[in-house]
Amino acid sequence: MTLTTGGVPPVRAGVAAAVPDGAPVRTADPDDPARKSGWDGAPRRKGFFTDTSICIGCKACEVACKEWNGVPEDGLDLLGTSYDNTGGLGASTWRHVAFIEQPAAPARPAVDLGMPARHRGSAGPGADRTGDTAGASTGPAERTDFRWLMSSDVCKHCTHAACLDVCPTGSLFRTEFGTVVVQDDICNGCGYCVPACPYGVIERRVEEHGPKNVGIAQKCTLCYDRLEVGRTPACAQACPTASIQFGDVEELRERAAARLATLHDQGVAEARLYGDDPDDGVGGAGAFFLLLDEPEVYGFPPDPVVTTRDLPAMWRRAGVAAVTLLAGAAASFLGRRR
Amino acid sequence: MSVHDAGTERLTDATAGTGFRTGRPDGPDTSRGAGGGRRRRRRGGRGEQPVVPDATFTSYYGRPVVKPSPWEADIPAYLFFGGVAGGSSLLAAGADLTGRPSLRRVARIGALGAISVSFAALVHDLGRPRRFVNMLRVAKPSSPMSVGTWILTLYGPFAGVAGAAELTGNALRRGWLPQRLRPVARLLHAAGRPAGMVAAGTGPAVAAYTAVLLADTATPSWHEAYRELPFVFVGSAGAAAGGLGLLAAHGGDTGPATRLAVAGTALEMLAEQRMERSMGLTAEPLHQGTAGRLMRASKVLGVLGAAGAAVSAAVPQLGRWLRRPAGAALLASSVCTRFGVFEAGQASARDPKYTVVPQRERLERSGRATT
Ligand code: SF4
Ligand code: SF4
Repeated sequence: MTLTTGGVPPVRAGVAAAVPDGAPVRTADPDDPARKSGWDGAPRRKGFFTDTSICIGCKACEVACKEWNGVPEDGLDLLGTSYDNTGGLGASTWRHVAFIEQPAAPARPAVDLGMPARHRGSAGPGADRTGDTAGASTGPAERTDFRWLMSSDVCKHCTHAACLDVCPTGSLFRTEFGTVVVQDDICNGCGYCVPACPYGVIERRVEEHGPKNVGIAQKCTLCYDRLEVGRTPACAQACPTASIQFGDVEELRERAAARLATLHDQGVAEARLYGDDPDDGVGGAGAFFLLLDEPEVYGFPPDPVVTTRDLPAMWRRAGVAAVTLLAGAAASFLGRRR
Repeated sequence: MSVHDAGTERLTDATAGTGFRTGRPDGPDTSRGAGGGRRRRRRGGRGEQPVVPDATFTSYYGRPVVKPSPWEADIPAYLFFGGVAGGSSLLAAGADLTGRPSLRRVARIGALGAISVSFAALVHDLGRPRRFVNMLRVAKPSSPMSVGTWILTLYGPFAGVAGAAELTGNALRRGWLPQRLRPVARLLHAAGRPAGMVAAGTGPAVAAYTAVLLADTATPSWHEAYRELPFVFVGSAGAAAGGLGLLAAHGGDTGPATRLAVAGTALEMLAEQRMERSMGLTAEPLHQGTAGRLMRASKVLGVLGAAGAAVSAAVPQLGRWLRRPAGAALLASSVCTRFGVFEAGQASARDPKYTVVPQRERLERSGRATT
């Protein structure tokens, strides 16, 4: 498939949508996460719409994020899977560009071709480890068309954020922009937010990454410092294709729907939105995406749910269990004395 | 979800669990949509028939979707010692009220020791141990760790007073204490029973809340266990506390410890069975690798320990020899349960299968799937 660039907003998204200095637009939405967290007259909720259909995989966002936020280097690895050698989000990776290479059409089963093709199984395990692009090892006869998918991932700044819910120190908090931010000076590194996040975003920084904030949970702040002075987050500012669009979440949702409609009109039937739905398991993400394949292809969970949704049921169960233990212990003192 | 059977089949047979993990670039035979993501057929293991209905799934080059917790042995140890403490405080209170001094003594000192180790493990596990006190700046019902910290803050001092009363009581009676310390010791002695009662009242919460601590995460094999895990954990706590009583109390006082140990083991095993059924695919890690070995060891030790305890009670002549090994086996079984459940969760977070497949199935069941 060819990458379509139609439908890109004419103006650099982030700049246009930034809050002008000193005159924040207040939200009236009663479900606004900042309002629900007690912010009075909060500005409109801010977020990202990442349109992966126009991402060129340049990683300017990764670099800009590191530069602005002083995020340390997190290892120079060659992962050997694709042009992505970052791997995934983590304590020292707050933007991550996924790079996926896949056949553009269903691969024909080699067994049906009756060719002396080299494929797994015939030459033993490991034989194809030399690294072949789609069809490269088999010659033009079997060469398939392939496509590259690129997507810049980031913290979703969930409406119902598990990391924030489970944080026992109150280090994670909801900003007036409706985003979720760690306070480095309060986090005690309990690590609870790490397994709580349904997207595997937040992580405790380890010593190898340098002395800054070691042992403390780290993730994207949606450039809280820049937002406070009406600037666009560094990644959106740096993105040369406006794949990363920053703005008011409400407006971004409309923009995303329009972009999806355009792509569908152009015959890109596999385009879909991910994370934009306020009725999903996390109450809608503040950072959502337009994808060209299933979410899990990009490393996203297909149906994330905030774990605390089941917490009342968990407490009830634990309560019954505790009473069971109490009763059992009491009962063990009944009866024959010995 | 589109499944291209032929392509998937081959990919499966040649690469499931092998090439997949080596991070090899996509071969030409990946089915469409497999992307970086490859579709992998879910299997029971090499050469086995699938134990669950066939399903394929995609991931981003086999990388985890959720992050495993950064916790190490501290946390399962914390779960175990918390259970020992909670259960022992119950035994201690019962022994106190029914006049079983040796059981009371063992259980009170055991609870004090266990909660101290447990607390130390919790602090040690922090990325910034010195900032432990930051836990006390908020009380958040939505955070099981916050709730747990407050439960410990309530329970700890009372279990501590009861334990200290036991430690000083003996010295006081024998006149070993210097004059200056005697009033303190007398005060502790007087406070021992009421403090022990409060500890017994809060002990079950200490034993049970740790199940919520694990379950309230996106770690597949912990979250999906949330219905029965509290019962597994309180059962394990009862068995361990009973085991401690059997190990260290005088034979004549061990009746309640035996009953608690046997009942706890039975509860743990029944709850564990039900738990595995309700967990679906995410029960698999409980049977594999380190977690699988630990869970099997837990069952064997639990059965041996409970049987040994029951025989000791029924045949006092045998009991003299059997009681202590049985108690030790029960404690070891509880250690294995906690480490087993912990490791299973960590393994389930590392493999994207346990995140993607259940969520995919949920989407398809509810008709929300996009393809
Ligand atoms: S994506 Fe994860 S880290 Fe980001 S707000 Fe949601 S739960 Fe928290
Ligand atoms: S590691 Fe820090 S931010 Fe995460 S839950 Fe613990 S205290 Fe909160």
